[in-house]
Amino acid sequence: MNTLIAIIGLGVLCLLFEIFDLRKAIIPITIIGLLAILGLDISEFNSPATYYNNMIIVSKFSTAFSGLFIILTIFLVALSHKFYEHHQTKISDFIAIKVFLLAGTVAMVSFGNLAMFFLGIEVLSIALYILAASNRLSIKSNEAGLKYFLMGSFASGIILFGICLIYGAMGSFDVIEISELSQSAELPVWFPIGIVLVTIGMFFKIAAVPFHFWAPDVYEGSPTLTTALMSTLAKVVAIATLFKLLTIMNANISPSFQIVIVIISMASMTVGNIMALRQVNVKRILAFSGISHAGFMLMTLLNTTNAAGTLLYYTSAYSLAGIAAFSVIIYVCKNNENEDMANFHGLGKTNPLLAAILTASLLSMAGIPIFAGFFAKLFLFNNMLQAGFIALVIVAVINSIISVGYYFKLIMAMYTKEPNEERTGTPVVIYAVAVIAIVLNIALGLFPSYVLDLLA
Amino acid sequence: MNNILNEIGIENYIFLSTILFCIGVFGVLYRRNAIIVFMSIEIMLNAVNLLFVAFSTYHQDAQGQIFVFFSMAVAAAEVAVGLAILVSIFRNLGSIDINNLKNLKG
Repeated sequence: MNTLIAIIGLGVLCLLFEIFDLRKAIIPITIIGLLAILGLDISEFNSPATYYNNMIIVSKFSTAFSGLFIILTIFLVALSHKFYEHHQTKISDFIAIKVFLLAGTVAMVSFGNLAMFFLGIEVLSIALYILAASNRLSIKSNEAGLKYFLMGSFASGIILFGICLIYGAMGSFDVIEISELSQSAELPVWFPIGIVLVTIGMFFKIAAVPFHFWAPDVYEGSPTLTTALMSTLAKVVAIATLFKLLTIMNANISPSFQIVIVIISMASMTVGNIMALRQVNVKRILAFSGISHAGFMLMTLLNTTNAAGTLLYYTSAYSLAGIAAFSVIIYVCKNNENEDMANFHGLGKTNPLLAAILTASLLSMAGIPIFAGFFAKLFLFNNMLQAGFIALVIVAVINSIISVGYYFKLIMAMYTKEPNEERTGTPVVIYAVAVIAIVLNIALGLFPSYVLDLLA
Repeated sequence: MNNILNEIGIENYIFLSTILFCIGVFGVLYRRNAIIVFMSIEIMLNAVNLLFVAFSTYHQDAQGQIFVFFSMAVAAAEVAVGLAILVSIFRNLGSIDINNLKNLKG
């Protein structure tokens, strides 16, 4: 709870800094503030509590995921300085929106009332619409913003309808009451319909097949930093919230619902990977890779009782690798019109460190050992085998092999092709963010039990 | 109030809201003018608001009506952002037909 209040306070502070003309101090102070909030969040880890008539429930699950979101936001804020070089007068808006977005994400994972869940998802979405369209002179960014807005508000409408039907069936928005009532045998038919509608709305936000069609366009058109935010933070938040929601709503998920999740998970992995093979734009490749990773993460929904730790581990591994990859993309493509793979030719010669980092993060996403991505997949498959979903695991393994194809296409482009442009400048912050993210990723791979057993 | 609801039946309210919601959905899917798409989204959200109020009376519980305030505020904020995006598109393209937005393909 204090975490949420502190984050909102920090957001207001960012806006005040502009009034007092302290723009240069905004990024360092926000990072320090977020580190302090991370400490506050960790201090709440062992003291579960409920606040304001169960509006907010602070549990191990919510604090652990909030911690991950805060770390990701620190990276994104650190990258902002370089990225918004030419928009220094608006820097406080960009940072404040990111901090408010973080507040929405924390509200989403610690909701105790469906009203809080809805407000959290809207705070996140509205902030993302603004960020997606934030490069207002570029028609691509405008188009991405409008597409994301239309899809997002469509999904919000569906979620709202679902919440309404759940309320109609239960007569309450309180998740504890709903969870107790859902155990009883006699339930109106609206209740399962409501759950399905909320789930569909969340699938839109996660970008799972068949609700994924907006993702590649929006990822390509948005400013690169926003794409990084969408593919790491926004995706992880949505999947964590859906996990919590399904844990609460139906403690005993019906078999037909499980089949639907299995099919959507398989379809997301397969479609995402196969479409990624024929892309040349790096942002689109990562968008499709994100769709296939969404499929992997959806697998945890089949085993809500004891997959929370696995989900936390998988999302941490995926999002840290994503941050490292996107910080390299921001450096390479900052002067280019597009993000085609041709821009990455010869990065291994002109900038070996960044090429190595990008390689490492792609290998982590592909699931090659010593990186966290491999262990994340290992624990996930193990968990699913124990729950008895052998066919799903076989499809997932085949998809991991397919995904190596397009990750290596990019790696080959960096090391075997000749560089076609000079790359100058040593962006210290980008180096720092990329190195820290990838080191955290490797550390996660070497000591998995610290994260994995956190929610046990 | 409750008597009227009993006489009409809660199901009819659900059917009405569902029909309105579907009108909104088809508006989003088939109309090409961005303003009309925004209006369709508003129809979707307001159909749900209607159902919230009906359920609120059905359960004799004020929470549903409070939620309507939240959803109205959120819808207003959402449309404000949407219109701002639309204005910047109009400045760049000179039109708000979403068929003209075809720069992102692959």
